[in-house]
Amino acid sequence: MDRKPFEGVKIIQLCWAGVGVYTCNYLSHYGATTIRVETSTRPDPVRLFALFAPTNKPGEPVGLERSAFFSITHTAPEMDISLNFKHSEAIEIFKKLVAWADVVAEGFPAGVMDKLGLDYEGLKKVNPQIIMFRTCGYGHTGPMADQPGFGSILTAVTMMDTIAGWPDRPPVPPSTYYTDQLSPMYASLAIMAALDYRRRTGKGQYIDHAQIEAGLNYMTPLILDYQVNHRELTLKGNKSDYAAPHGIYRCKGDARWVAIAVMNDNEWRSLVKVIGSPQWAKDKKYVKAVGRVKNSDELDSRVEEWTVNYPPEDIQEKLQAGGIGAGLVANAKDIDEDPQMNYYHFYRELDHPYMGKLRYYHPAPIKLSAVETAVQRPVLVGEHTDYICTKILGMSQGEVDRLRQKGVFE
Amino acid sequence: MLSCYRILDLTTEKAFMCGRALSDFGAEVIKIEKPGGDPARLKGPFYKDIVDPEKNLTWFAFNANKKGITLDIESAQGKEIFKKLVKTADVVLESYTPGYLDSLGLGYKDLSKINPGIVLTSITGFGQEGPYRNYKDPDIVVRALGGLIYTAGYDDRPPLTVSYEHTHSLGAMNGAAGTMIALMHRVHTGKGQHVDAITQQALDIVCSAEIEGPYALFGQIPTRHGRARATVTLKDGSTFYNPLLWECKDGYIALNLLLNPTAAKNNLSMMEYIKKDGIDIGFLEGWAWDKKSWEDMSREQAEKLMDTLGKFFMNHTKDELLKLATENRFQLGPCNNAEDVLKYPQLKARNFWKEVEHPELGTSLKYPGGAVMTTQGYVGVRRRAPLIGEHNEEIYKELGISADELKALKKQKVI
Repeated sequence: MDRKPFEGVKIIQLCWAGVGVYTCNYLSHYGATTIRVETSTRPDPVRLFALFAPTNKPGEPVGLERSAFFSITHTAPEMDISLNFKHSEAIEIFKKLVAWADVVAEGFPAGVMDKLGLDYEGLKKVNPQIIMFRTCGYGHTGPMADQPGFGSILTAVTMMDTIAGWPDRPPVPPSTYYTDQLSPMYASLAIMAALDYRRRTGKGQYIDHAQIEAGLNYMTPLILDYQVNHRELTLKGNKSDYAAPHGIYRCKGDARWVAIAVMNDNEWRSLVKVIGSPQWAKDKKYVKAVGRVKNSDELDSRVEEWTVNYPPEDIQEKLQAGGIGAGLVANAKDIDEDPQMNYYHFYRELDHPYMGKLRYYHPAPIKLSAVETAVQRPVLVGEHTDYICTKILGMSQGEVDRLRQKGVFE
Repeated sequence: MLSCYRILDLTTEKAFMCGRALSDFGAEVIKIEKPGGDPARLKGPFYKDIVDPEKNLTWFAFNANKKGITLDIESAQGKEIFKKLVKTADVVLESYTPGYLDSLGLGYKDLSKINPGIVLTSITGFGQEGPYRNYKDPDIVVRALGGLIYTAGYDDRPPLTVSYEHTHSLGAMNGAAGTMIALMHRVHTGKGQHVDAITQQALDIVCSAEIEGPYALFGQIPTRHGRARATVTLKDGSTFYNPLLWECKDGYIALNLLLNPTAAKNNLSMMEYIKKDGIDIGFLEGWAWDKKSWEDMSREQAEKLMDTLGKFFMNHTKDELLKLATENRFQLGPCNNAEDVLKYPQLKARNFWKEVEHPELGTSLKYPGGAVMTTQGYVGVRRRAPLIGEHNEEIYKELGISADELKALKKQKVI
């Protein structure tokens, strides 16, 4: 009864950067045994991403264990073995892990694993039932198969950098590495579906996940609109075509803002009441949504004349109590202190040997009623090398020491 | 792969994408609409701009593959029929205000009494519990409270939301993942459970590295800098924002400027191309790319680097730069719009676009293909979204409702 959803599922994770890691996290948070394979001779670039946690020891190099970016993406339980594939012994150990595993997940551009003989055909020889999941920017076939695919570029390529902006200025990115967080849900579904399929049929499979393709699946209405109406998306600032007031309004305080969206005429009547039924709000042109949208510039300044008198938290509370959608435009501190997020215990404080105590490790954004999610601090490079070799693969400590001397575990 | 599962989809427009994603993997998803059709069918854009519930493009996009029935689950008879359907199903998806299904006697506890194996997945802006559970959750409000708006936009104007409303799709897709986790758990326990998928939290994960990191480590609150939102630390310890998007001859491109030894080869070869254009690269001539990082650069040097790259990109078109990037593995890509993606060479080479027949419109439309390709069958769009009540006869007949009963139910506006 206490068995977790993926208890007994064994995953080998060779994923760099965001997507593959976020993907595996869904399974690792819920009971999978995940072994991350990496080498300090060619580290995951994300381990080298600023910002870095400060150190108390003057002169100590930043190293591979202090990146905020790495640590905040590796919040699900993992173990870590370092293997330098330049040594044939490292490849042999990797193959033993493949024989042990259910899933091999990797995130290199096409070609990297193939050159080592570790493509799907190679893995199947070791483990015929293996599920091989590969993710990269552009997919593993086609002229761009071997291109590195970082989220900031994929966000642009998948149209997502054309969806936020003002009508009179170039669009801005809605986030930084948006596809890094949008494409993993499809990828995790694929692995889970493959595991379920294998449970029922005994068949493994090969999964080719292209971040560009997963990303574009979020954009389908815009692509259809262009085909049939020959129209690209119009940038609207914070306005809506069918609702007003709809926007971001200045509030009392320094750089404080609130989002308000009045989605129908009932909500409009509520809003008028909450703001004290001023004379201007009785104007007939505001009664129906069409009129409010038409006169939204004027309406927005009227609403802002009211919002500037209150902190955004107060407006959020007042309007939501009146049944109107409103929320403060949360900055880093606000998210950290958000009562709803904290109700869900979304930020966990964990200790880290190099980074100290930090309160920003989080679970997947889902709560299941019958199983708890596991959250763990990020693994260090090679942290579990000895354990994995001796306890999982049954090698002797002498053998491990000998191979370490040769540089196999660098 | 998932054809053994039946999913009842009660979602509103916020979360259509959840069932759509599960149907891509083969699950049988039955979209349940109010008699007369879902109100979201009346919100554009429409096929050829004709306002018609059967011509809604968002409906087409995120309800493709599904079967469609009409049912009024608020009516007594409708409830009974829904309960019969629950007996045949594995999953129910919904995105109503928390507590609504409970008020109808159709909450998780009620459904699990009818079918202990049922998984109920609820997708909302803020979750089923907590102080915001009754909050209204329009796109812009959830996005604001999820932390994605504060850092978006230009510093001389208010922060920005998105003009394409899609924020709830992050919660919806996490709902799909949560549904699968619950189904896998059921294999061990024999029991279903309630999955609470929360868009606010999904947004928080999106901004975690950029926004939470600096706050947790240094108490810094990141602000908005237009297109310059890749944060690095310079030699003097100060923060430098470099652009994610750059202007080129005919539009914009994205550049991922990795300035550490792992990217030395790429950076060196890009410098060679810049020099070929006759642009003076100044101090970068002797820069030790294989040893140095942002942390070794002064502000003046960083600005010179920006200036050099900016000049180079303005000399070239998106297509030229894409070609250069593909040949040299530069981490650069065009800022595409819909026209651009439909002719993007890589997607054509992978046969990504799928023609979906719309017999009622006398045409076919190109849809994005699947998010993954697998060796165990096609994943992705298969057929157009259902018309209003298209599968009523098929599904209700299976439940043992006779043609006469169906007629009566239609008259009473239950179906």
